[in-house]
Amino acid sequence: MSLDYENDGALNEKLIEEVLSQYPDKTAKRRKKHLSVATASGEEVAEEGKVLSECDVKSNIKSIPGVMTIRGCAYAGSKGVVWGPVKDMVHISHGPVGCGQYSWSQRRNYYIGKTGIDTFVTMQFTSDFQEKDIVFGGDKKLEKVIDEIQELFPLNNGVTIQSECPIGLIGDDIEAVSRKKKKEHNKTIVPVRCEGFRGVSQSLGHHIANDAIRDWVFSGEDKHEAFETGSYDVNVIGDYNIGGDAWASRILLEEMGLRVVGNWSGDATLAEIERAPKAKLNLIHCYRSMNYICRHMEEKYGVAWMEYNFFGPSQIETSMRKIAKHFGPEIEEKTEKVIAKYRPMVDAVIAKYRPRLEGKTVMLYVGGLRPRHVITAYEDLGMEIVGTGYEFGHNDDYQRTGHYVKKGTLIYDDVTGYELEKFIEGIRPDLVGSGIKEKYPVQKMGIPFRQMHSWDYSGPYHGYDGFAIFARDMDLAINNPVWGLYDAPWKKKAVPSTAIAAE
Amino acid sequence: MPQSAEKVLDHAPLFREPEYRQMLAEKKINFECPHPDQIVTDQREFTKSWEYREKNLARQALVVNPAKACQPLGAVFAAAGFERTMSFVHGSQGCVAYYRSHLSRHFKEPSSAVSSSMTEDAAVFGGLKNMIDGLANTYKLYDPKMIAVSTTCMAEVIGDDLQGFIENARSEGSVPQDFDVPYAHTPAFVGSHVDGYDVMVKGVLENFWKGKERSEVANTINIIPGFDGFCVGNNREIKRLLDLMGVSYAFIQDASDQYDTPSDGEFRMFDGGTKIEDVKAALNAEATLSLQHYNTRKTLGYCGEAGQATASFHYPLGIQATDELLMKVSEISGKEIPEAIRLERGRLIDAMADSQSWLHGKKYAIYGDPDFVYAMARFVMETGGEPTHCLATNGTKTWEEEMQALLASSPFGKPCQVWAGKDLWAMRSLLFTEPVDLLIGNSYGKYLERDTGTPLIRLMFPIFDRHHHHRFPLMGYQGGLRVLTTILDKIFDQLDRETIEPGMTDYSYDLTR
Repeated sequence: MSLDYENDGALNEKLIEEVLSQYPDKTAKRRKKHLSVATASGEEVAEEGKVLSECDVKSNIKSIPGVMTIRGCAYAGSKGVVWGPVKDMVHISHGPVGCGQYSWSQRRNYYIGKTGIDTFVTMQFTSDFQEKDIVFGGDKKLEKVIDEIQELFPLNNGVTIQSECPIGLIGDDIEAVSRKKKKEHNKTIVPVRCEGFRGVSQSLGHHIANDAIRDWVFSGEDKHEAFETGSYDVNVIGDYNIGGDAWASRILLEEMGLRVVGNWSGDATLAEIERAPKAKLNLIHCYRSMNYICRHMEEKYGVAWMEYNFFGPSQIETSMRKIAKHFGPEIEEKTEKVIAKYRPMVDAVIAKYRPRLEGKTVMLYVGGLRPRHVITAYEDLGMEIVGTGYEFGHNDDYQRTGHYVKKGTLIYDDVTGYELEKFIEGIRPDLVGSGIKEKYPVQKMGIPFRQMHSWDYSGPYHGYDGFAIFARDMDLAINNPVWGLYDAPWKKKAVPSTAIAAE
Repeated sequence: MPQSAEKVLDHAPLFREPEYRQMLAEKKINFECPHPDQIVTDQREFTKSWEYREKNLARQALVVNPAKACQPLGAVFAAAGFERTMSFVHGSQGCVAYYRSHLSRHFKEPSSAVSSSMTEDAAVFGGLKNMIDGLANTYKLYDPKMIAVSTTCMAEVIGDDLQGFIENARSEGSVPQDFDVPYAHTPAFVGSHVDGYDVMVKGVLENFWKGKERSEVANTINIIPGFDGFCVGNNREIKRLLDLMGVSYAFIQDASDQYDTPSDGEFRMFDGGTKIEDVKAALNAEATLSLQHYNTRKTLGYCGEAGQATASFHYPLGIQATDELLMKVSEISGKEIPEAIRLERGRLIDAMADSQSWLHGKKYAIYGDPDFVYAMARFVMETGGEPTHCLATNGTKTWEEEMQALLASSPFGKPCQVWAGKDLWAMRSLLFTEPVDLLIGNSYGKYLERDTGTPLIRLMFPIFDRHHHHRFPLMGYQGGLRVLTTILDKIFDQLDRETIEPGMTDYSYDLTR
């Protein structure tokens, strides 16, 4: 279902002008290119549906020093996003202790396994570089680290080396170490050159991590010759199983009659990565972080890929039908049954929550696929998106965003702390969805907030089961009585609470 | 279908439903290529053995689950304790995102800091331009009174010179000539967050004290708290005690308001903190006291050079440690410890006496920052408990010796082993081979609780999975009461859980304990 609304473009233009006026001239000139208001577009695109607007901003450009960018680094993109969730491998944060420590267990990539025995996701393995490692190089230490991993964690199915900044600066040869140790231990060892200073954000880290799969996993011999393939084999790519997202998606795909042979990379084993080229179709959820390897698999192994969106019933239905169409009538028939099976539950969720959320406005600032993918899920609940932006999007992300946002929507790329605060102040949305760094400033302002990276410790949000949780969470954020208590009654007239008690 | 609109199930109950259990079991068998269950079970049992422990403790290169962070985190925390001060971390930008997230997840508060966002070109040419542009932007946009510069390991490896860069930026007009830009080099590959704290506080003092003479010695005391996740509760408690004594003092580095701003509709990027005027005046203080020795070794050295008397403590928590702090303050200030404080002390003793039977002989494993571990072990011994493993990943040889001396001072410390430089995977082996009743540490300890069944008490930074504990003090007699109650609650809850089964164990499910 698509809501019909338009945002206050004039107000948003004014807000952009105001924030730019506060920067030094040189910085204002640079930031101007990253901020815009979505304009109307009449362009019809046959396959993707109607383009609703154009989000014309520059993106994937270096952040400006000193402005408080919200972005992370290439290491975060590789270890934190792509590789970290692969559960039966040990991922070494190679360098000083901090990077691994701050990213330890923070992305909620759910998995099943005996941690420390056969799975290792919620652990922090580091070479804990000391000054002497910087001075004399860390390759010898890395060798020993890998040996000690084999000794103490023998059930690991491989090791990845997640480079931190110093590695690339001191000229270590982690590739040579990897080749040597691969031979010695007869295990997959993957060096990843994701030093934090590379690129402009997490994004290059995703790309480098994708390339490492190509070069260090796919390049090996086929360990799975005996694996029996089927005509409905698919991989789910770019679902990190945050709060169980991939599981809530898998259950639907299986009910549709598909066989999910690999899930990248939430709850994945190395085997699922290795076998991926044998599948018939790659279903890609987070396009930004994993499109590279999908393109490679298409080119080299002829595996087709398809983007889909499992946030909210409108997109789920559209996506399931699109996927089913690829496989033909048998799957299409099953898919209609799945849609029919879940419809009463979805209708009940909407009937319960839409009246409590109708017309509420939302601002988003996240990464990956979410700045566009979650929009329709909000609209399914009658909510309106007034602003959105990407931490590390590229031009193709903003093009795709035009299919989701309405005219007049405020668009901000690599937003700065200052801009986001001013935009939120100016628009006063009913809800902001962003990250942990943004959560508390926004809540101090009296505006409800949900973390849209970690699902604020809830989730899953994917699939039909996830949509019910999503709806509940947006309701509990917006309709909590605390927002009505901010003003001391003796200071000024208290604003009456708009909260609705939970039913 | 497990999900319904009436009763929405999120991850915890949802995936326990049969549909999901079956799906995941099939995923494992069909697609994961798992190790056979027996092999996994055998390995799991092996990790509990003495043989595994020996291998584990013999590790020379690999670090697993360390209990320490890197220097710049300490510097960012330190800067947050000064009036309207923006942290500016020179180097890669991802680091700053990490420090901010880490601090916000613990305090449940905003954490502001900026980066000079150095990328590959800066790796080649140095980050001078980033410093010049960065300082200009920060100054214009966030209107700070001071910008405190620290470094990530990238800037350190390429050897950027902060002093020269900052001077350059000044001449380029990034900030006014007389604007305060204290700095500290904080390489992540040296020491830990407690050292980053140390050099940043020292950097601030140097910024204001360098070239100045102590004019007249004012009868005041400087207090430096050290890196402390409980700064909100602790600093306020220490100030309350000093106020009760009528002592003139200055808290140097006080993040208690910065990490505890009210929700009233306004986002305060800056709140509270030591006033710049007070930092300047602090040069003339009679003495500087550090509440955490290992957080302030360089800073106290500098204060000593400046001519001040100095003394350091190990996180004054419990009876004797608080006694020592108060007596030192009394000695320096000439102010008596008032009767009101003696009564407070008596009330904590009273509580300890009331509960002693539940605490006597309990064995503890304690880990965390060096000063905290020292304090905790000491308090545990005061309650009749027996520290069994004391571990600090960032503990030094000197710390180890100091710990040994402390433990030797009491019969309750005799069986204890001290583990400097070891990590929490080592602790796992220790807990399996030489078990204890209680584990004291931070949120990371929950994995040890899961694996070894040792009940965890969270009393140290970072605490991500429990809320608001840091708003209450651990230091002083009041703090001691809080720690005591927390330990007792854990013991009683555990006992109740063990005796709750009707008709089986509930004969011991006593109403009064």
